[in-house]
Amino acid sequence: MRQWNTRKQMREERIAAGRGFATGKLVDPETLVDFLEAVLRPGDRVCLEGDNQKQADVLARGLAAMDPDRIHDLHMVQSGVVLPEHLDVFDSGIAKRLDFSYSGPQSARIARMLFGGKIELGAIHTYLELFARYFVDLTPQVALIAAVSADRHGNLYTGPNTEDTPTVVEATSFGSGLVIAQVGEIVDTLPRVDIPGDQVHFVLDAGKPFYVEPLFTRDPAAMTETQILTAMLAIKGLYQPYGVRRLNHGIGFNTAAIELLLPTYGEKLGLKGKICTHWALNPHPTLIPAIEAGWVEQVHCFGSEVGMEDYLAARPDIFFTGPDGSLRSNRAFSQTAGLYACDMFIGSTLQIDLAGHSSTITANRIAGFGGAPNMGSDARGRRHPSAPWLQAGAEADPDTAAPLRRGRKLVVQIGETFGEGNAPLFVEKLGALELAEKLDLDLAPIMVYADDTTHIVTEEGIANLLLCRNADEREQAIRGVAGFTEIGRGRDRAMVERLRERKIIQRPEDLGIDPLDANRNMLAARSIKDLMLASGGLYRPPSRFRNW
Amino acid sequence: MEILHFDIAAPVPAGGTRAMALVGVVASGNLEVLVERGDAADRCAIEISTAAHGFRDLWDAVVADFVGRRAAGGLRIAINDGGARPDTVSLRLAQAVRMIEEPEA
Amino acid sequence: MSNLHQSWYEAGARERIAALVDTGSFTEYVGPERRETSPHLGIFDLPAQFDDGIVVGAATVDSTPILIAAQEGRFMGGAFGEVHGAKLTGLLRAAKALNRDVVIAFDTGGVRLQEANAGEIAIAEIMRAVTEARIAGVRVVGLIGGRAGCYGGGGLIAGCCSTLIISEQGRISVTGPEVIETNKGVEEFDSRDRALVWRTMGGKHRTLIGGADLFVDDDAAAFREAMLAALVRPAKAGSVRNAAPLPVGKGERPGLDLATLAAEQDRLERRIARFGDAADANDIWRMLGIDNAQAIPDMPSAAFATLAAQYRESADDAR
Repeated sequence: MRQWNTRKQMREERIAAGRGFATGKLVDPETLVDFLEAVLRPGDRVCLEGDNQKQADVLARGLAAMDPDRIHDLHMVQSGVVLPEHLDVFDSGIAKRLDFSYSGPQSARIARMLFGGKIELGAIHTYLELFARYFVDLTPQVALIAAVSADRHGNLYTGPNTEDTPTVVEATSFGSGLVIAQVGEIVDTLPRVDIPGDQVHFVLDAGKPFYVEPLFTRDPAAMTETQILTAMLAIKGLYQPYGVRRLNHGIGFNTAAIELLLPTYGEKLGLKGKICTHWALNPHPTLIPAIEAGWVEQVHCFGSEVGMEDYLAARPDIFFTGPDGSLRSNRAFSQTAGLYACDMFIGSTLQIDLAGHSSTITANRIAGFGGAPNMGSDARGRRHPSAPWLQAGAEADPDTAAPLRRGRKLVVQIGETFGEGNAPLFVEKLGALELAEKLDLDLAPIMVYADDTTHIVTEEGIANLLLCRNADEREQAIRGVAGFTEIGRGRDRAMVERLRERKIIQRPEDLGIDPLDANRNMLAARSIKDLMLASGGLYRPPSRFRNW
Repeated sequence: MEILHFDIAAPVPAGGTRAMALVGVVASGNLEVLVERGDAADRCAIEISTAAHGFRDLWDAVVADFVGRRAAGGLRIAINDGGARPDTVSLRLAQAVRMIEEPEA
Repeated sequence: MSNLHQSWYEAGARERIAALVDTGSFTEYVGPERRETSPHLGIFDLPAQFDDGIVVGAATVDSTPILIAAQEGRFMGGAFGEVHGAKLTGLLRAAKALNRDVVIAFDTGGVRLQEANAGEIAIAEIMRAVTEARIAGVRVVGLIGGRAGCYGGGGLIAGCCSTLIISEQGRISVTGPEVIETNKGVEEFDSRDRALVWRTMGGKHRTLIGGADLFVDDDAAAFREAMLAALVRPAKAGSVRNAAPLPVGKGERPGLDLATLAAEQDRLERRIARFGDAADANDIWRMLGIDNAQAIPDMPSAAFATLAAQYRESADDAR
């Protein structure tokens, strides 16, 4: 007779074993490592938060301190590989297999460990895809999560940095897995209940807040004239003609510059209310001036951002907030919003090849994907029309009859032709291909595929790939905005001029923009302090950004 | 330091009466461009001092593009390069031409 | 396009000079076309700058002739080298010979490591030149508010000036934050705690503790206004508060003398006696009688200037 409740039984066993180190649900912090060794089993599938920003850092340290003879060969499924402990567990043999999405802060070490055979790689995912697999074939048996506070019943408050937690808990708890939460404090009454207590099995009072990476703060003082020029091109050459109201900005200086040009350059072009009204976006401090000037109607956030909590709570008309007033973020839903409810994704990358594939993977660094593959993909399941979507679709496919012609999401790569360390943005062969060869991967880790990419914006101009009719045109359109890189210098000049006539390439002059007019006086804020002042003192920048 | 010299035909002569203009600062990723009047109205002489060795081809492309697009004839240009990207170099050269064409204060 | 004021912090050396002087009145000495560049940097494969990172010359402010210098903080961190130092020394000697007041816009991390000996000598020569000029009755007015601050030898020179004008972004110190941390440990001084750095050496604290005389907003126009006020003050000790406003540069100019130096020594000894045991600037501010000391870093400039006028330790009688 088959048993049908084996998973629930296993969970009961784990809970019973864990009770020896806890009072009710509350784990004794002194015994954390013993507790973890008691509730885990070798080979378990474990989700450790590991979000883009917040980290269950105390639980991570406990995990890494376990005896690998007792607990080994864990299969880690987590969105972010961020802390050293996330990789220490592989060094010691506590963990063996990894499925993840983002590894920015550990990009060098994870590359070494992958090449060195210390990690058995499941796959690198985009966030929403990994979350999807939590409900199919990567359901965690144990989830180690991070919350701000808990009450005595195990109800959790996750606050502004709610991020992935509801998704992780949903899959784990209802999939008969064990949920263990690290909290900063135990209180009598929570500000609000983000995770109900009956989904949570154990709580650890870490006695201090969980660690959060400040990721989305871009100092306006570091913005260059070239970045401002690309931002002007984007606003006048894309946002305006397509009328983009619903969008997502990937992280980076170019998009931050666009945000800071809305109240100035955008205002001069008369675009307020016509573009950039609805956002799926993390709380970028650089959006503050545009919000204050009345450009923004609503923003849904993937996560929070250090220093922005009070500002967000003071703008509940704009942001999603709970009954307690603080932000409620949710990465899974924001990713879904970016997929289906946005008409444009615009972001930056490290390498683009002649077909238009882009990737951030280079020889020694594997940063993973994060959300970009999802945000930067055309959503073929989409059915509702919008003007920009239909316009892009018509450009891509003028021959099909309109009622049968789907629209296209605008997917834009923006950047300077030479990036950090003067490395060229445009390359013949992507580092991702070399990586695939080295690690014997089925697929090269491409961030955004060529056939999803609709435009490329550099300081030399805008390439509209929707209007290209064959691979040759595509290649020359890319070379035509590749500036002085080797790729750019190798252009067919005659063909590039013809593409310019067809508006497949548009130079700043074609859009009425003089590159010499791009200067820092156009920014609505030129320093972190300006952003703080624009917020009326509500934005509290992290220490590293202060110069007062 | 690597010193590069270019002496090229520059079809469009620079305007203005200023004897000299200076743009930019020698900082990482930046450069300074000193522009003075030269001898031949249809030529442009450029001297570059740079710590980044072996990029002559790149400078060649930037300089060729510059004299093609801007009023560079009759100018003598001296550059101290702090490792700037080519697009920054183009921008500063264009700024320098604009500045030397500005009316005297 | 943007309706922000012209930030002093953002401006380069030449832009600062242009903002301070009468339009079109500036004549540069040893300008970039002279190509008096550093004879040392090439050895280290470092690029030179045609003006060696300092712009010096003559100008007028409200029609009164002055001499003016501005350091370029973005070149080699505004640090002193042989040529850079010599230009400032020469300017100060000219000021004495011509009996013209001098305005110096500091923006420096100190002496260039690559030109250490020449740089240190230059600092000493400049301090001597400042002193001699002041003895002759010349005012030397320092403006501090740039990216590099005013560190090392620059801090020493600043200490010799008649008047110091500073903004919130400005910092004055001899030893920099990282060096303090390296020598005394991170427990004593965490150089990455920027709020701490500013509490210890930043414009607001220097103003409150008498290390700077006039506090201004990060605004070139505000620096100009303060400079004009400084050029009217008597060139030596005596109460400033009751002095009737004189046309810039004119009026009684008895110059720096032994009495002034003695008064300055007194002031510094009193200050150490009073505040020497304080662990943090917050303690000093409270001792000055300021109730809400923690509010000072975030306080807007105008409010701070008012507060400072009431509570600060003044150097007016001494400097």
